[in-house]
Amino acid sequence: MNKIIRCLLVLFFLVMFTGTASAGTKPPSEGDLLPEIVLTVPQILDQQKYLGLSSETTFTIPQIKASVVIVEIFSMYCPYCQAEAPVLNELYDKIQNNSSLKDRFKLIGIGVGNTTFEVEHFRNTYKIPFPLFPDDDFSIHKKIGEVRTPYFFAVGINKDGTHRILYSHAGRLENHDQFINMLLQRAGLK
Amino acid sequence: MKRLFNIQILFSAFLLIFCGAAFGLSEAYKGNIYNPGILKPTDSILKVKVGDPAPDFTLPSIAGEKISLGQFTGKKNVVISFVPAAWTPVCSDQWPGYNIAKGFFDKNDAVLLGITVDNIPTLHAWTQQMGKLWFSVLSDFWPHGAVAARYGVLRSDGVSERALFVIDKKGIIQFIHVGDINVRPKLEELVVELEKVHKK
Repeated sequence: MNKIIRCLLVLFFLVMFTGTASAGTKPPSEGDLLPEIVLTVPQILDQQKYLGLSSETTFTIPQIKASVVIVEIFSMYCPYCQAEAPVLNELYDKIQNNSSLKDRFKLIGIGVGNTTFEVEHFRNTYKIPFPLFPDDDFSIHKKIGEVRTPYFFAVGINKDGTHRILYSHAGRLENHDQFINMLLQRAGLK
Repeated sequence: MKRLFNIQILFSAFLLIFCGAAFGLSEAYKGNIYNPGILKPTDSILKVKVGDPAPDFTLPSIAGEKISLGQFTGKKNVVISFVPAAWTPVCSDQWPGYNIAKGFFDKNDAVLLGITVDNIPTLHAWTQQMGKLWFSVLSDFWPHGAVAARYGVLRSDGVSERALFVIDKKGIIQFIHVGDINVRPKLEELVVELEKVHKK
């Protein structure tokens, strides 16, 4: 009986540590590969077109037709993300209004712990023009090291479909021009 | 007895390990949030039910006013949002979310009263991190947790549950949600209930 209890306790410990190994991972760093993040293709045609996606149901970030994808990890409930929203709209406009950038740089947001309703409310509140995706069950959040919000990744995508992380940063973005220049350099586009 | 002790140690270790789990916390709070880990989902027994008159109360707000539930009778629907404690993970995000949801409250002729058992100075410092809040934040600090206790949402450790009460203009409770303290309630569920009360 004592042995059975010991075995059960050991098993309990193993399960605990297995469960937290992934939960406690660090955010992916610059030069790393992005963990596989499967997102649902937006239903809005303009957004499908923006991302260069076909009508398939799901996609991963390196499948986006771009040289650099900027990913904002946000939450509708995060005060800094709320403050950052209009600023990110300006970044989007800056990219879209620059003919040499608009086809190479794309911007998306992932709302961690946010339902579709909450993400749409965030979009409507701040009139966000780029695609936003919900991560209701925190499954993506766990894969990227349970970062605080906002958090930014920039992913460089090569012509052969391979990719690497160019930028991994907690907190708000500072200077957009410097940010874009830095990404152009790191992606080998300058 | 020794076995029981071992199990208790393991259970404590389990809680400590899971203290590291994040909740999509905002950078706004940086390192200022105390993470109590995963808590017992609920730890109280409701003393009111849907259809009951909502017990009246008067509490001080962080704006320096005294707010009574009764002042809204005949005028506004009321949502009471009890959150467990200032400077803790889920609570620190819930109200900033409501802060950009004012439109849903206005559309349904409702006010929001946020209540915790913290004192006014603590609530002042904490809510400063959220930006300017449009709704009243009330302190149920003294007598400690008396309003939470009257509604039956005061936990055995002295904080409140994560609970929502929707009260109509007649002062009748129309919706109660006492959720898992570790989980933020979904905004859409509150919006649906607000719309139901407004349509009645």
